Amino acid sequence: MNIAILMFFVCALLAVAGAVVLILAQEPIHSALALVLVMMALAVLYLLLGAPFIAAVQVIVYAGAVMVLFVFVIMLLNAGVEERTDFSKIAKFAGVPLGFLLLLEIAHWLAHSPIGTAIANGVGSSNEAADTANLSEMLFRQYLFPFEATSILILIAILGALVLARKEPS
Amino acid sequence: MGFISQHPVLVAAVVKVAVLLFIVMTGLAYLTWLERKVIAHIQSRWGPYNVGAHGLLQPLADGLKFLFKEDVMPPIADRLIYTLAPFLALSLGLTAIALIPFGPPERLFLGQPIFVVSDINLGLLFVFAITSMGVYGVALAGWSSNSKYALLGGLRSSAQMISYEVSLTISVVGVLLLAGSLDFNQLIEAQRGYFRYLPFIPRWNIVPQIIGFLCYLTAAIAETNRVPFDLPEAETELVAGFHTEYSAFKFAMFFMAEYANMITVSCLATILFLGGWLSPFPDTWTWQNYLPGAGLLLLAAYCAWNTVSEMRGFARLQFAVVTMLALGGGLVCLYPPVAVHIQGPFWFTAKILGILFFYIWMRATLPRFRYDQLMSFGWKLLLPVSIANLVVTAFVIVWPLLRHG
Repeated sequence: MNIAILMFFVCALLAVAGAVVLILAQEPIHSALALVLVMMALAVLYLLLGAPFIAAVQVIVYAGAVMVLFVFVIMLLNAGVEERTDFSKIAKFAGVPLGFLLLLEIAHWLAHSPIGTAIANGVGSSNEAADTANLSEMLFRQYLFPFEATSILILIAILGALVLARKEPS
Repeated sequence: MGFISQHPVLVAAVVKVAVLLFIVMTGLAYLTWLERKVIAHIQSRWGPYNVGAHGLLQPLADGLKFLFKEDVMPPIADRLIYTLAPFLALSLGLTAIALIPFGPPERLFLGQPIFVVSDINLGLLFVFAITSMGVYGVALAGWSSNSKYALLGGLRSSAQMISYEVSLTISVVGVLLLAGSLDFNQLIEAQRGYFRYLPFIPRWNIVPQIIGFLCYLTAAIAETNRVPFDLPEAETELVAGFHTEYSAFKFAMFFMAEYANMITVSCLATILFLGGWLSPFPDTWTWQNYLPGAGLLLLAAYCAWNTVSEMRGFARLQFAVVTMLALGGGLVCLYPPVAVHIQGPFWFTAKILGILFFYIWMRATLPRFRYDQLMSFGWKLLLPVSIANLVVTAFVIVWPLLRHG
């Protein structure tokens, strides 16, 4: 069996398992760690698709920075075990089948759309478009304006959070 | 045999990882010995002296002690994460070292490069990816112990590591701009040669990027939680910080992870700023090939003199063994094909040892920062300086292009 395909299934399984644990875990920190697992598994999937730069950035930004802040906040607030309520009737009888239906639909679409087949064929191969030099060329020439606009948007979000979190001068 | 001939790269990688693991683990153990010895001599003490000659067997004794001690776990600790944290810390610390090239990739043995475990295009980014995960070991250890001191230590550590990671990464970008690559081999090759007007100074990045180098070194000390930035385990305030509740081998794993991280950041400093495995002398000076062998023979002579005239009893036997090892190693290193092959690793190791000595020297010299000083130093001084360094470097690189093109 091809090692790349094997790795793909292992990491896909890890990602799904991590996502399930993320939702089901009662301790907030366990949920956060499950999310880190999902991020790492996704990074390996990017690697298998021939996009090492995206994989490294995925780990550095999401697993190494964003999730560390999550864990930090959970530790700082000393958040306890979350409370559970009984499932509502609607969620049980309508939500679960509808959720499965949505999942099937997404799976069907992915299996037959050109994007889905392109991704599936890309496993284990090198991807020219995701080369670091190409990527930066696109980011800093072709898509320069959206890129800069996004960074300003994030800056505004940071300022907004600062204004909201600031204590009123008494 | 079929498997080996079918997957030569895979088998070679496994063998290289095993050898590297052995070397690094031994190196970690003797780094603790070196640290205790150097600090002791700076403070006019002898340091470890009784277990083996000059305390040479002390690391072995420490390891055995950690193995046989009782492993206490607080009853209210989160069992899974409490056990996971030290494994995470140590395995991440060791994984990062596997990405480092210790010699030129063109040196082959049985058709495989011997000094490079994993030759990947984006080496630097992957090392940063792995070291950025290192904060989890510390943070989770602090949280899962369910103890006030450990929690505060873990919190401080995460805050400190996040803050200094920014400066660490930005201080390196200047070097990347100069080399135009993220590949370790290309980063090193870009530093080959000498300056045009100063033909005796190697063209290492430490000269044009001296500010970046100082920022990197400072941020790296903070990243690895060493003195003067060892706030996470400030014993006068926090008992022992994040590893207060850890004992026996789990504690030893945190200890080893700290030293593994030290080695990783020293390797990165060597590759990025000190020319990696390049020799400071021109290639035409062939006598430099015999430096490692000559050094080992000198060591052998010193140990032989000690064996004959200074040492008594068991210590004399140990010194005889060390003499034999140094003599044999020195003779092997003088054999010309071997002498040419080990040039890269020799210079690389020498530079790493220099930086590690600097680390230890800092620990023996500087007092600890206060927590608010640490934060304001990182954000208000180190970060602006490294950003200014990056902007100036970028400007200097682009300026000729703007004028002529």
